[in-house]
Amino acid sequence: MLKGLSGALCAVSVAGSAWAASGIAIVSNERGNTLTVIGPDLAIVDTMETCARPRGMHFSADRSEFFVGCADDDQIAIYETATRTLLRRITGVPAPETFDLHPDGRRLVVSNEEDAAASVYDVETGELLAEYETGEEPEGVQITPDGRLAFVASEAANLVHVIDLEADAVIADILVDTRPRRFALTPDAAELWVSAELAGVVNIIDVASLKLVGDIAFLPTGFRPEQVTPVDVLITADGSRAYVALGRANHVAVVDVAAREVLDYVLVGKRAWGLALSADESRLFVANGLSDDVTVVDTASLRALTSTPTGLVPYGILIDDR
Amino acid sequence: MIARLAVLAIALVLALPALAAEPARIVYLGVVDDPAYQPQRVYTGLALKDRHRPVDGARLAVAGTKALARALGIGFVLDERLLAAGGDAAAEVRAARASGALAVLLDLPEQAMAAVLAAEGGEGLLVNIRHVDDRWRGADCAPALLHAMPSRSMLTDALAQHLRFRGWTRVLVLRGPGPENEAEAAAIRRSIGKFGLDLADERAFELTNDPRQRDLGNVALLTGDARYDVIWLADAEGEFGRYVPFATYLPRPVVGSEGLTPVAWHWTLERYGAPQLNQRFRRAAGRDMAAGDWAAWVAVRSIIEAVSQRRTVDRAGIAELVRSGDLALDLYKGVRGSFRPWDGQLRQPILLATHNAVIAIAPFDGFQHQTDTLDTLGIDRPETACRR
Repeated sequence: MLKGLSGALCAVSVAGSAWAASGIAIVSNERGNTLTVIGPDLAIVDTMETCARPRGMHFSADRSEFFVGCADDDQIAIYETATRTLLRRITGVPAPETFDLHPDGRRLVVSNEEDAAASVYDVETGELLAEYETGEEPEGVQITPDGRLAFVASEAANLVHVIDLEADAVIADILVDTRPRRFALTPDAAELWVSAELAGVVNIIDVASLKLVGDIAFLPTGFRPEQVTPVDVLITADGSRAYVALGRANHVAVVDVAAREVLDYVLVGKRAWGLALSADESRLFVANGLSDDVTVVDTASLRALTSTPTGLVPYGILIDDR
Repeated sequence: MIARLAVLAIALVLALPALAAEPARIVYLGVVDDPAYQPQRVYTGLALKDRHRPVDGARLAVAGTKALARALGIGFVLDERLLAAGGDAAAEVRAARASGALAVLLDLPEQAMAAVLAAEGGEGLLVNIRHVDDRWRGADCAPALLHAMPSRSMLTDALAQHLRFRGWTRVLVLRGPGPENEAEAAAIRRSIGKFGLDLADERAFELTNDPRQRDLGNVALLTGDARYDVIWLADAEGEFGRYVPFATYLPRPVVGSEGLTPVAWHWTLERYGAPQLNQRFRRAAGRDMAAGDWAAWVAVRSIIEAVSQRRTVDRAGIAELVRSGDLALDLYKGVRGSFRPWDGQLRQPILLATHNAVIAIAPFDGFQHQTDTLDTLGIDRPETACRR
């Protein structure tokens, strides 16, 4: 029934795309099969059922819709941002983990965790446009702002695959440190940062040469190196600062991007993975997978403001505030 | 095989180095009709334990190397060899090495294992993916021999840590007949001493309804007349042990062979990427991944990791790197593992699992070690009997 309605609903959403941002944050709860909706005052507004094992999320180009990858349902659910109603689904997507949207607003590049593949879908029609072979357990996906390259991290193979979307081919496989997870690009797209979860570092790849040019190691006070398992990485819009969620080390690292130096560690909840910044970058949201909450950090003082309980195993965060 | 590689190389010609002529070859060596993998029937034809060749784990690891092969220009090949009954295992290992094998995974009965170590244990890489007995890590160790399976003492240490952590300190040991259970009981006693638990008593049991041996066969009698917090069962066969939980004189948990069991791997582990590995295995092999499968998988992964770091298939170099203890391996159990230089044992967390859940993972917080907390499990460097 939902499929039958999708055409009509789609038209509605296009017609009404110029909403004011609500300021809410949406959290996918991987084990709870729910989305937790947190208001601008950091109180819970809503907890809504979604599909099975929701993980990666992304806004559409105009932010009127958002996509939720449902690993155990093999689909991507597409919701209207303003009303949070289900608009349509892209079905038959094998175990989607994370994805990135092409600058054209149409092509969604998805990592298919179980299939050792990255696939490209049209977010309007749900059509499978292309598929590329990766190593086992592909995870992070990052598309360059010019739309030419897509990077996909393969956790099990310790590789970053470079897909040339114009040439329609994998043009390089870059060996990185153990268990690469997520990416961040510097605003000038010159450097690609990739977290290596089990090595406890972030590797830095020069995008022009596709070579490793540096890494940053993390070790908050009181932790052993094997407890430091970085996952999500964010770089601020001005490219000055990076935030790295350190997983089992229960901290977020704050990094000076130019100097490649750790400035500070902020204590958050247990097994911090997902990160999101508010539009003005004053607040950092951190999803804590093993304490079932989201910690909100004030980025000026680098102190946690509060932690808001979520569903079981929060994974990703979207903030509707721009 | 050559045809297959050629196709791969052609497919990847785009800005990539063609695959080197020589692939990284790994050999699995087992025995035809191995009794260890025949269903072990008990009364009324029930098979209490599924017993499968762990080679499925090795296959899975090799199957996952396509993209890595593309990046390295080196293919990975698993060569499965089954020894005929009465065959010469050492000769088979020699042949495997002559064919260029970087490592031989040993899934052999004890006698064949001993024969291989005596003749071929000096150099190269042999990986034990089957035996937990400490003798292979102690007096009967060999320079070439590594162990992907945890040792018996690692398993009992893991459980002892859990009992210490929970404060269940008074332990009643129930031991079945035969050398396997004797060895298990010896490891349990060692772990009890190591972690400061109290041995309330150790009692032998027999599978019998003989009224004259009532005190050996009746669970209530066996578990009465003692003060204890927990019952630790040493029953390799499982036919007696499965009747122990909920039949005890005092209401106490049962651990060891039944109840809470220490294992290298479990099909329900939910963290550290384990669900992905379990799902991949289930899809490939049509069954749940067991400890042996995981050991075979991680053994192959260690070779793959070494080849990808060195970017060669140089046998001596790969062997040296894997054995050095410097090779950090992703075990899918949360902590990086490596091979202990003193006895070749893979350092690894041990899962404490029931039939359908992982309750805890050792080592536990609070058990300290001067170099690596994983070395709180099993025989540490100062105690090793391995001279290699």
